[in-house]
Amino acid sequence: MSESFTPVGMPLTITINGVRRSLSVDPWVTLLDVLREQLELTGTKKGCDQGQCGACTVLIDGRRVNSCLTFAVMYDGAEITTVEGLAVNGALHPLQQAFIDHDAFQCGYCTPGQICSAAGLIAEGKAKTAEEIRELMSGNICRCGAYTNIVAAIQQAMGRS
Amino acid sequence: MIEFQYARATDVADAVRQIAGNPGAKLVAGGTNLIDLMKMEVERPAKLIDITRLPLKQVEDTPGGGLRIGALVRNSDLAYHAPIEQRYPVLASAIKSGASQQLRNMATTGGNLLQRTRCAYFYDTTTPCNKRTPGSGCSAIGGHNRMHAILGTSDACIAVHPSDMCVALAILEAKVHVTGASGDRSIAFADFHRLPGDTPQRDTNLDAGEIITAVELPPKGFARNYSYLKIRDRLSYAFALVSAAVGLELDGDTIKEARFALGGVAHKPWRDPRAEAALQGQPANAATFARAADVLLRDARGYEHNSFKIDLARRCLVRALTQAARGTPQSQSSKKIA
Repeated sequence: MSESFTPVGMPLTITINGVRRSLSVDPWVTLLDVLREQLELTGTKKGCDQGQCGACTVLIDGRRVNSCLTFAVMYDGAEITTVEGLAVNGALHPLQQAFIDHDAFQCGYCTPGQICSAAGLIAEGKAKTAEEIRELMSGNICRCGAYTNIVAAIQQAMGRS
Repeated sequence: MIEFQYARATDVADAVRQIAGNPGAKLVAGGTNLIDLMKMEVERPAKLIDITRLPLKQVEDTPGGGLRIGALVRNSDLAYHAPIEQRYPVLASAIKSGASQQLRNMATTGGNLLQRTRCAYFYDTTTPCNKRTPGSGCSAIGGHNRMHAILGTSDACIAVHPSDMCVALAILEAKVHVTGASGDRSIAFADFHRLPGDTPQRDTNLDAGEIITAVELPPKGFARNYSYLKIRDRLSYAFALVSAAVGLELDGDTIKEARFALGGVAHKPWRDPRAEAALQGQPANAATFARAADVLLRDARGYEHNSFKIDLARRCLVRALTQAARGTPQSQSSKKIA
Protein backbone atom coordinates (compact mmCIF):
# COMPACT_ATOMS: atom_id res chain seq x y z
CA MET A 1 0.00 0.00 0.00
CA SER A 2 1.22 3.47 -0.76
CA GLU A 3 0.64 6.47 1.41
CA SER A 4 -0.65 9.33 -0.72
CA PHE A 5 -1.29 12.85 0.44
CA THR A 6 -3.08 15.87 -0.87
CA PRO A 7 -0.49 18.46 -1.81
CA VAL A 8 -1.11 20.95 0.98
CA GLY A 9 -0.34 21.00 4.66
CA MET A 10 1.24 17.61 5.23
CA PRO A 11 1.99 16.55 8.78
CA LEU A 12 5.65 16.56 9.76
CA THR A 13 7.11 15.69 13.14
CA ILE A 14 10.77 16.48 13.70
CA THR A 15 13.00 16.87 16.71
CA ILE A 16 14.64 20.23 16.32
CA ASN A 17 17.52 21.07 18.66
CA GLY A 18 16.20 18.48 21.11
CA VAL A 19 12.58 19.67 21.03
CA ARG A 20 9.91 17.60 19.32
CA ARG A 21 7.75 19.73 17.00
CA SER A 22 4.67 18.75 15.01
CA LEU A 23 4.22 20.92 11.94
CA SER A 24 2.13 21.19 8.83
CA VAL A 25 4.21 21.83 5.70
CA ASP A 26 3.64 22.02 1.97
CA PRO A 27 5.72 19.35 0.21
CA TRP A 28 7.56 21.88 -1.97
CA VAL A 29 9.01 23.81 0.99
CA THR A 30 12.71 23.21 1.62
CA LEU A 31 13.98 22.30 5.05
CA LEU A 32 15.85 25.63 5.05
CA ASP A 33 12.64 27.60 4.59
CA VAL A 34 10.82 25.60 7.28
CA LEU A 35 13.66 26.34 9.70
CA ARG A 36 13.80 30.04 8.93
CA GLU A 37 10.20 30.94 8.14
CA GLN A 38 8.12 28.51 10.16
CA LEU A 39 10.35 27.77 13.15
CA GLU A 40 11.98 31.23 13.15
CA LEU A 41 15.42 29.68 13.50
CA THR A 42 17.19 32.28 11.39
CA GLY A 43 20.71 31.23 12.40
CA THR A 44 20.79 28.92 9.38
CA LYS A 45 21.48 31.16 6.39
CA LYS A 46 20.25 31.19 2.81
CA GLY A 47 23.26 31.94 0.64
CA CYS A 48 23.07 30.60 -2.90
CA ASP A 49 19.97 28.39 -2.35
CA GLN A 50 21.55 25.96 -4.86
CA GLY A 51 23.84 23.78 -2.77
CA GLN A 52 26.96 25.65 -3.84
CA CYS A 53 27.90 27.71 -0.76
CA GLY A 54 27.18 25.68 2.40
CA ALA A 55 25.67 28.59 4.41
CA CYS A 56 22.52 26.46 4.97
CA THR A 57 24.40 23.48 6.46
CA VAL A 58 22.57 21.71 9.31
CA LEU A 59 22.89 18.27 10.88
CA ILE A 60 20.18 15.72 10.09
CA ASP A 61 20.48 12.66 12.33
CA GLY A 62 24.04 13.81 13.01
CA ARG A 63 25.10 14.17 9.36
CA ARG A 64 25.83 17.52 7.75
CA VAL A 65 23.69 18.36 4.72
CA ASN A 66 22.61 21.37 2.66
CA SER A 67 19.15 22.24 3.98
CA CYS A 68 18.38 24.28 0.83
CA LEU A 69 18.49 21.17 -1.36
CA THR A 70 16.01 19.01 0.45
CA PHE A 71 12.28 19.09 1.10
CA ALA A 72 11.32 19.16 4.77
CA VAL A 73 8.51 16.66 4.23
CA MET A 74 11.09 13.96 3.46
CA TYR A 75 12.44 14.10 7.02
CA ASP A 76 9.45 13.03 9.12
CA GLY A 77 10.84 11.58 12.35
CA ALA A 78 14.34 13.01 11.92
CA GLU A 79 16.50 14.81 14.48
CA ILE A 80 17.77 18.13 13.21
CA THR A 81 20.42 20.30 14.80
CA THR A 82 21.00 23.90 13.75
CA VAL A 83 23.58 26.39 15.01
CA GLU A 84 21.05 27.43 17.69
CA GLY A 85 21.19 23.91 19.13
CA LEU A 86 24.94 23.58 19.64
CA ALA A 87 25.37 25.49 22.91
CA VAL A 88 24.50 23.50 26.05
CA ASN A 89 22.89 25.36 28.99
CA GLY A 90 24.31 28.66 27.78
CA ALA A 91 27.86 27.32 27.42
CA LEU A 92 29.21 27.77 23.90
CA HIS A 93 30.01 24.66 21.88
CA PRO A 94 33.82 24.20 21.61
CA LEU A 95 33.57 25.13 17.91
CA GLN A 96 31.73 28.36 18.66
CA GLN A 97 34.36 29.29 21.26
CA ALA A 98 37.17 28.35 18.87
CA PHE A 99 35.73 30.52 16.08
CA ILE A 100 35.75 33.46 18.53
CA ASP A 101 39.25 32.65 19.79
CA HIS A 102 40.64 32.53 16.25
CA ASP A 103 38.59 35.38 14.77
CA ALA A 104 37.42 32.83 12.18
CA PHE A 105 34.98 35.15 10.40
CA GLN A 106 34.62 38.65 9.11
CA CYS A 107 31.03 39.36 8.02
CA GLY A 108 29.76 36.21 9.75
CA TYR A 109 27.19 35.19 7.16
CA CYS A 110 28.80 31.82 6.40
CA THR A 111 29.65 31.15 10.06
CA PRO A 112 26.59 29.12 11.17
CA GLY A 113 27.08 26.84 8.16
CA GLN A 114 30.82 26.62 8.78
CA ILE A 115 30.26 25.67 12.43
CA CYS A 116 27.56 23.07 11.71
CA SER A 117 29.71 21.65 8.92
CA ALA A 118 32.73 21.48 11.25
CA ALA A 119 30.59 19.70 13.87
CA GLY A 120 29.70 17.13 11.21
CA LEU A 121 33.35 16.87 10.15
CA ILE A 122 34.52 16.17 13.70
CA ALA A 123 31.80 13.52 14.16
CA GLU A 124 32.87 11.81 10.91
CA GLY A 125 36.46 11.54 12.19
CA LYS A 126 38.01 11.42 8.70
CA ALA A 127 40.01 14.67 8.82
CA LYS A 128 43.23 14.68 10.82
CA THR A 129 45.55 17.16 9.10
CA ALA A 130 44.96 20.79 8.08
CA GLU A 131 45.03 19.61 4.47
CA GLU A 132 42.27 17.08 5.16
CA ILE A 133 40.21 19.67 7.06
CA ARG A 134 40.46 22.05 4.09
CA GLU A 135 39.36 19.35 1.66
CA LEU A 136 36.43 18.13 3.77
CA MET A 137 35.31 21.71 4.53
CA SER A 138 35.36 22.71 0.85
CA GLY A 139 31.56 22.70 0.73
CA ASN A 140 31.53 25.87 2.84
CA ILE A 141 32.49 29.03 0.98
CA CYS A 142 33.72 32.11 2.92
CA ARG A 143 33.65 35.12 0.63
CA CYS A 144 35.58 37.20 3.20
CA GLY A 145 38.38 34.65 2.96
CA ALA A 146 38.72 33.69 6.62
CA TYR A 147 39.77 30.15 5.69
CA THR A 148 43.12 30.16 7.50
CA ASN A 149 41.48 31.07 10.79
CA ILE A 150 38.56 28.69 10.20
CA VAL A 151 41.00 25.78 9.84
CA ALA A 152 42.84 26.89 13.00
CA ALA A 153 39.54 27.09 14.92
CA ILE A 154 38.53 23.60 13.81
CA GLN A 155 41.93 22.22 14.79
CA GLN A 156 41.50 23.75 18.25
CA ALA A 157 38.03 22.27 18.65
CA MET A 158 39.22 18.86 17.40
CA GLY A 159 41.89 18.86 20.08
CA ARG A 160 39.27 19.41 22.75
CA SER A 161 36.66 16.93 21.59
CA MET B 1 9.35 26.58 -6.50
CA ILE B 2 6.78 24.66 -8.49
CA GLU B 3 4.03 22.85 -6.61
CA PHE B 4 3.69 19.08 -6.79
CA GLN B 5 2.11 16.09 -5.13
CA TYR B 6 4.19 13.98 -2.78
CA ALA B 7 3.98 10.34 -1.80
CA ARG B 8 6.26 7.88 -0.04
CA ALA B 9 6.94 4.50 -1.58
CA THR B 10 6.69 1.72 0.98
CA ASP B 11 8.70 -0.90 -0.95
CA VAL B 12 10.29 -1.37 -4.39
CA ALA B 13 7.13 -2.91 -5.87
CA ASP B 14 5.12 0.02 -4.60
CA ALA B 15 7.57 2.49 -6.16
CA VAL B 16 7.33 0.65 -9.49
CA ARG B 17 3.53 0.70 -9.26
CA GLN B 18 3.46 4.40 -8.46
CA ILE B 19 5.85 5.45 -11.22
CA ALA B 20 4.25 3.22 -13.88
CA GLY B 21 1.52 5.03 -15.75
CA ASN B 22 2.39 8.39 -14.26
CA PRO B 23 4.72 10.06 -16.77
CA GLY B 24 4.59 13.31 -14.79
CA ALA B 25 6.04 11.66 -11.67
CA LYS B 26 9.68 11.49 -10.64
CA LEU B 27 11.47 9.47 -8.00
CA VAL B 28 13.38 11.42 -5.37
CA ALA B 29 16.14 10.13 -3.08
CA GLY B 30 19.12 12.43 -2.33
CA GLY B 31 17.51 15.11 -4.44
CA THR B 32 20.72 17.14 -4.78
CA ASN B 33 20.35 17.48 -8.55
CA LEU B 34 16.59 17.08 -9.02
CA ILE B 35 15.63 19.73 -6.45
CA ASP B 36 18.21 22.11 -7.91
CA LEU B 37 16.65 21.60 -11.36
CA MET B 38 13.14 22.02 -9.94
CA LYS B 39 14.13 25.40 -8.50
CA MET B 40 15.25 26.44 -11.98
CA GLU B 41 12.04 24.93 -13.45
CA VAL B 42 14.10 22.73 -15.76
CA GLU B 43 12.41 19.75 -14.11
CA ARG B 44 8.69 20.18 -13.42
CA PRO B 45 7.38 16.89 -11.97
CA ALA B 46 3.68 16.80 -11.11
CA LYS B 47 4.43 14.30 -8.37
CA LEU B 48 7.48 13.22 -6.37
CA ILE B 49 7.69 9.65 -5.13
CA ASP B 50 10.03 9.55 -2.15
CA ILE B 51 12.05 6.31 -2.23
CA THR B 52 14.41 7.13 0.64
CA ARG B 53 12.76 4.58 2.95
CA LEU B 54 13.20 1.60 0.60
CA PRO B 55 15.53 -1.20 1.78
CA LEU B 56 18.28 -0.55 -0.80
CA LYS B 57 20.98 0.67 1.59
CA GLN B 58 23.26 -2.38 1.94
CA VAL B 59 26.64 -3.18 0.43
CA GLU B 60 26.80 -6.97 0.16
CA ASP B 61 29.28 -9.57 -1.09
CA THR B 62 28.16 -11.38 -4.23
CA PRO B 63 28.67 -15.16 -4.63
CA GLY B 64 31.15 -14.44 -7.46
CA GLY B 65 33.48 -12.40 -5.24
CA GLY B 66 32.21 -8.95 -6.12
CA LEU B 67 30.11 -6.40 -4.27
CA ARG B 68 26.50 -5.38 -4.72
CA ILE B 69 25.85 -1.75 -3.76
CA GLY B 70 22.24 -0.84 -2.97
CA ALA B 71 20.94 2.07 -5.01
CA LEU B 72 20.28 4.15 -1.88
CA VAL B 73 23.75 3.80 -0.34
CA ARG B 74 24.91 7.39 0.22
CA ASN B 75 27.99 8.55 -1.69
CA SER B 76 29.82 9.40 1.56
CA ASP B 77 29.06 6.00 3.10
CA LEU B 78 30.28 4.24 -0.04
CA ALA B 79 33.47 6.28 -0.29
CA TYR B 80 34.48 5.30 3.26
CA HIS B 81 33.10 1.75 3.23
CA ALA B 82 36.09 -0.42 4.16
CA PRO B 83 35.67 -3.11 1.44
CA ILE B 84 35.33 -0.36 -1.18
CA GLU B 85 38.44 1.46 0.08
CA GLN B 86 40.40 -1.78 0.22
CA ARG B 87 39.22 -3.67 -2.86
CA TYR B 88 38.03 -0.85 -5.17
CA PRO B 89 40.08 2.19 -4.11
CA VAL B 90 39.69 3.88 -7.51
CA LEU B 91 35.95 4.08 -6.82
CA ALA B 92 36.45 5.47 -3.30
CA SER B 93 38.91 8.02 -4.67
CA ALA B 94 36.61 9.15 -7.49
CA ILE B 95 33.69 9.65 -5.11
CA LYS B 96 35.82 11.67 -2.69
CA SER B 97 36.88 13.97 -5.54
CA GLY B 98 33.29 14.94 -6.35
CA ALA B 99 30.99 17.58 -4.82
CA SER B 100 31.28 18.36 -1.08
CA GLN B 101 30.86 16.18 2.00
CA GLN B 102 27.41 17.75 2.63
CA LEU B 103 26.28 16.76 -0.87
CA ARG B 104 27.88 13.30 -0.66
CA ASN B 105 25.97 12.81 2.62
CA MET B 106 22.72 13.27 0.69
CA ALA B 107 23.49 11.89 -2.78
CA THR B 108 22.84 8.22 -3.48
CA THR B 109 24.51 5.60 -5.68
CA GLY B 110 21.58 5.35 -8.09
CA GLY B 111 21.09 9.09 -8.16
CA ASN B 112 24.73 9.69 -9.04
CA LEU B 113 24.21 7.68 -12.24
CA LEU B 114 21.13 9.74 -13.08
CA GLN B 115 22.71 13.18 -12.66
CA ARG B 116 21.96 15.53 -15.50
CA THR B 117 24.52 17.70 -17.23
CA ARG B 118 25.61 20.97 -15.65
CA CYS B 119 25.68 22.69 -19.07
CA ALA B 120 24.70 26.30 -18.25
CA TYR B 121 22.34 26.43 -21.23
CA PHE B 122 20.49 23.33 -20.02
CA TYR B 123 19.88 25.21 -16.76
CA ASP B 124 18.92 28.50 -18.44
CA THR B 125 15.29 28.17 -19.56
CA THR B 126 15.54 31.40 -21.59
CA THR B 127 17.95 29.78 -24.09
CA PRO B 128 17.44 26.99 -26.64
CA CYS B 129 18.59 23.53 -25.52
CA ASN B 130 17.86 20.25 -27.30
CA LYS B 131 18.27 18.29 -24.08
CA ARG B 132 15.71 20.41 -22.21
CA THR B 133 13.41 21.21 -25.16
CA PRO B 134 14.04 18.77 -28.03
CA GLY B 135 14.27 20.48 -31.40
CA SER B 136 14.94 23.96 -29.99
CA GLY B 137 18.64 23.96 -30.88
CA CYS B 138 21.96 23.86 -28.99
CA SER B 139 23.19 27.12 -27.48
CA ALA B 140 26.55 25.69 -26.46
CA ILE B 141 27.67 25.05 -30.04
CA GLY B 142 28.72 28.56 -30.96
CA GLY B 143 28.21 29.76 -27.37
CA HIS B 144 30.35 29.58 -24.26
CA ASN B 145 31.59 26.00 -24.47
CA ARG B 146 34.73 25.89 -22.34
CA MET B 147 33.31 23.13 -20.11
CA HIS B 148 31.86 21.08 -22.97
CA ALA B 149 32.57 17.80 -24.70
CA ILE B 150 35.36 16.98 -27.13
CA LEU B 151 34.36 13.37 -27.85
CA GLY B 152 31.13 11.70 -28.95
CA THR B 153 29.35 14.99 -29.61
CA SER B 154 26.55 15.54 -32.11
CA ASP B 155 25.10 18.54 -33.91
CA ALA B 156 22.31 18.43 -31.33
CA CYS B 157 24.32 18.47 -28.07
CA ILE B 158 27.86 18.87 -26.73
CA ALA B 159 27.05 18.49 -23.01
CA VAL B 160 29.20 16.40 -20.67
CA HIS B 161 28.18 13.96 -17.96
CA PRO B 162 29.22 15.48 -14.62
CA SER B 163 29.88 12.39 -12.48
CA ASP B 164 33.28 11.35 -11.11
CA MET B 165 31.94 8.13 -9.58
CA CYS B 166 30.71 6.93 -12.96
CA VAL B 167 34.18 7.26 -14.52
CA ALA B 168 35.47 4.76 -11.97
CA LEU B 169 32.42 2.50 -12.38
CA ALA B 170 33.12 2.44 -16.13
CA ILE B 171 36.59 0.92 -15.72
CA LEU B 172 35.36 -1.48 -13.03
CA GLU B 173 32.78 -2.74 -15.59
CA ALA B 174 29.95 -2.41 -13.10
CA LYS B 175 26.49 -3.75 -13.81
CA VAL B 176 23.41 -1.65 -13.17
CA HIS B 177 20.49 -3.67 -11.80
CA VAL B 178 17.08 -2.19 -12.55
CA THR B 179 13.49 -3.22 -12.11
CA GLY B 180 10.26 -2.08 -13.68
CA ALA B 181 6.77 -3.13 -14.64
CA SER B 182 8.16 -5.68 -17.09
CA GLY B 183 10.56 -7.22 -14.57
CA ASP B 184 14.23 -7.11 -13.59
CA ARG B 185 17.20 -6.68 -15.90
CA SER B 186 20.82 -5.65 -15.63
CA ILE B 187 22.63 -3.20 -17.90
CA ALA B 188 26.38 -3.23 -18.54
CA PHE B 189 27.85 0.08 -17.41
CA ALA B 190 29.13 0.91 -20.89
CA ASP B 191 25.54 0.63 -22.17
CA PHE B 192 23.89 2.57 -19.37
CA HIS B 193 24.66 6.14 -20.43
CA ARG B 194 24.03 7.28 -24.01
CA LEU B 195 25.78 9.55 -26.45
CA PRO B 196 23.60 12.54 -27.42
CA GLY B 197 23.04 11.67 -31.09
CA ASP B 198 19.75 13.22 -32.18
CA THR B 199 18.02 12.38 -28.87
CA PRO B 200 20.05 14.29 -26.26
CA GLN B 201 16.99 14.47 -24.01
CA ARG B 202 17.69 10.81 -23.16
CA ASP B 203 20.74 10.57 -20.90
CA THR B 204 20.49 6.84 -20.20
CA ASN B 205 18.98 3.59 -21.46
CA LEU B 206 16.84 3.27 -18.35
CA ASP B 207 13.26 2.91 -19.58
CA ALA B 208 10.48 5.15 -18.31
CA GLY B 209 9.14 3.58 -15.14
CA GLU B 210 12.32 1.63 -14.35
CA ILE B 211 14.12 2.01 -11.03
CA ILE B 212 17.80 1.35 -10.30
CA THR B 213 17.99 -1.13 -7.41
CA ALA B 214 21.74 -1.81 -7.21
CA VAL B 215 25.15 -1.38 -8.83
CA GLU B 216 27.21 -4.56 -8.89
CA LEU B 217 31.01 -4.59 -8.98
CA PRO B 218 32.78 -7.61 -10.49
CA PRO B 219 35.67 -9.02 -8.40
CA LYS B 220 38.48 -7.25 -10.26
CA GLY B 221 39.21 -4.01 -8.37
CA PHE B 222 42.76 -2.99 -9.43
CA ALA B 223 43.55 -2.28 -5.77
CA ARG B 224 47.31 -2.28 -6.30
CA ASN B 225 47.74 -0.11 -9.40
CA TYR B 226 45.09 2.57 -9.84
CA SER B 227 44.56 6.31 -9.82
CA TYR B 228 41.76 8.84 -10.18
CA LEU B 229 43.17 12.16 -11.33
CA LYS B 230 40.80 15.11 -11.66
CA ILE B 231 41.80 18.45 -13.18
CA ARG B 232 39.52 21.40 -12.40
CA ASP B 233 39.45 25.17 -12.05
CA ARG B 234 39.86 25.09 -8.25
CA LEU B 235 41.32 22.41 -6.04
CA SER B 236 38.09 21.14 -4.53
CA TYR B 237 34.32 21.29 -4.98
CA ALA B 238 34.33 21.86 -8.74
CA PHE B 239 33.33 19.77 -11.73
CA ALA B 240 36.12 18.25 -13.81
CA LEU B 241 37.58 19.94 -16.81
CA VAL B 242 38.97 16.49 -17.48
CA SER B 243 39.52 13.48 -15.24
CA ALA B 244 40.99 10.02 -15.68
CA ALA B 245 40.24 6.75 -13.90
CA VAL B 246 42.93 4.10 -14.36
CA GLY B 247 43.36 0.49 -13.32
CA LEU B 248 46.41 -1.58 -14.31
CA GLU B 249 47.40 -5.20 -13.84
CA LEU B 250 51.18 -5.48 -14.09
CA ASP B 251 53.64 -8.32 -14.36
CA GLY B 252 56.84 -6.58 -13.36
CA ASP B 253 56.98 -3.64 -15.76
CA THR B 254 54.79 -5.33 -18.36
CA ILE B 255 51.13 -4.43 -18.62
CA LYS B 256 48.89 -7.50 -18.50
CA GLU B 257 45.69 -5.51 -18.53
CA ALA B 258 44.90 -1.80 -18.68
CA ARG B 259 41.58 -0.10 -18.18
CA PHE B 260 41.07 3.63 -18.33
CA ALA B 261 38.31 6.15 -18.90
CA LEU B 262 38.04 9.91 -19.11
CA GLY B 263 35.49 12.16 -17.39
CA GLY B 264 34.53 15.70 -18.33
CA VAL B 265 35.03 15.08 -22.05
CA ALA B 266 31.82 13.44 -23.27
CA HIS B 267 28.15 12.70 -22.64
CA LYS B 268 29.29 9.55 -20.78
CA PRO B 269 32.53 8.24 -19.29
CA TRP B 270 34.82 7.82 -22.31
CA ARG B 271 36.38 4.38 -22.60
CA ASP B 272 37.71 2.59 -25.67
CA PRO B 273 38.82 -1.07 -25.83
CA ARG B 274 41.15 -0.25 -28.76
CA ALA B 275 43.12 2.22 -26.65
CA GLU B 276 43.33 -0.25 -23.78
CA ALA B 277 44.46 -3.04 -26.11
CA ALA B 278 47.30 -0.78 -27.25
CA LEU B 279 48.84 -1.18 -23.79
CA GLN B 280 48.42 -4.93 -23.43
CA GLY B 281 51.79 -6.68 -23.25
CA GLN B 282 53.63 -3.36 -23.48
CA PRO B 283 56.15 -1.93 -21.02
CA ALA B 284 54.63 0.55 -18.56
CA ASN B 285 56.38 3.75 -19.58
CA ALA B 286 55.64 7.26 -20.80
CA ALA B 287 55.98 6.36 -24.48
CA THR B 288 53.43 3.55 -24.42
CA PHE B 289 51.09 5.62 -22.24
CA ALA B 290 51.27 8.49 -24.76
CA ARG B 291 50.45 6.13 -27.63
CA ALA B 292 47.42 4.80 -25.76
CA ALA B 293 46.24 8.36 -25.04
CA ASP B 294 46.57 9.20 -28.74
CA VAL B 295 44.34 6.25 -29.61
CA LEU B 296 41.76 7.21 -26.98
CA LEU B 297 41.65 10.82 -28.19
CA ARG B 298 41.99 10.12 -31.92
CA ASP B 299 38.51 11.47 -32.74
CA ALA B 300 38.61 14.39 -30.29
CA ARG B 301 37.27 17.64 -31.67
CA GLY B 302 37.43 21.02 -29.90
CA TYR B 303 34.93 23.85 -30.08
CA GLU B 304 35.69 27.55 -29.74
CA HIS B 305 36.63 27.57 -26.05
CA ASN B 306 37.46 23.98 -25.14
CA SER B 307 40.18 22.83 -27.54
CA PHE B 308 42.59 22.99 -24.60
CA LYS B 309 40.84 19.92 -23.23
CA ILE B 310 42.31 17.68 -25.94
CA ASP B 311 45.89 18.13 -24.80
CA LEU B 312 44.85 18.39 -21.14
CA ALA B 313 43.02 15.05 -21.38
CA ARG B 314 46.05 13.42 -23.01
CA ARG B 315 48.39 14.68 -20.29
CA CYS B 316 45.92 13.86 -17.51
CA LEU B 317 45.63 10.28 -18.74
CA VAL B 318 49.40 9.80 -19.14
CA ARG B 319 49.93 11.17 -15.62
CA ALA B 320 47.21 8.96 -14.13
CA LEU B 321 48.66 5.89 -15.89
CA THR B 322 52.09 6.81 -14.52
CA GLN B 323 50.71 7.20 -11.00
CA ALA B 324 48.94 3.84 -11.28
CA ALA B 325 52.04 2.05 -12.59
CA ARG B 326 54.16 3.44 -9.76
CA GLY B 327 51.56 2.47 -7.16
CA THR B 328 51.30 6.12 -6.08
CA PRO B 329 47.66 7.04 -6.75
CA GLN B 330 46.51 10.65 -6.68
CA SER B 331 45.58 11.77 -3.15
CA GLN B 332 42.20 13.49 -2.87
CA SER B 333 43.28 15.56 0.14
CA SER B 334 46.82 16.57 -0.82
CA LYS B 335 46.33 18.22 -4.20
CA LYS B 336 49.95 18.02 -5.28
CA ILE B 337 50.04 16.04 -8.53
CA ALA B 338 53.03 13.71 -8.33
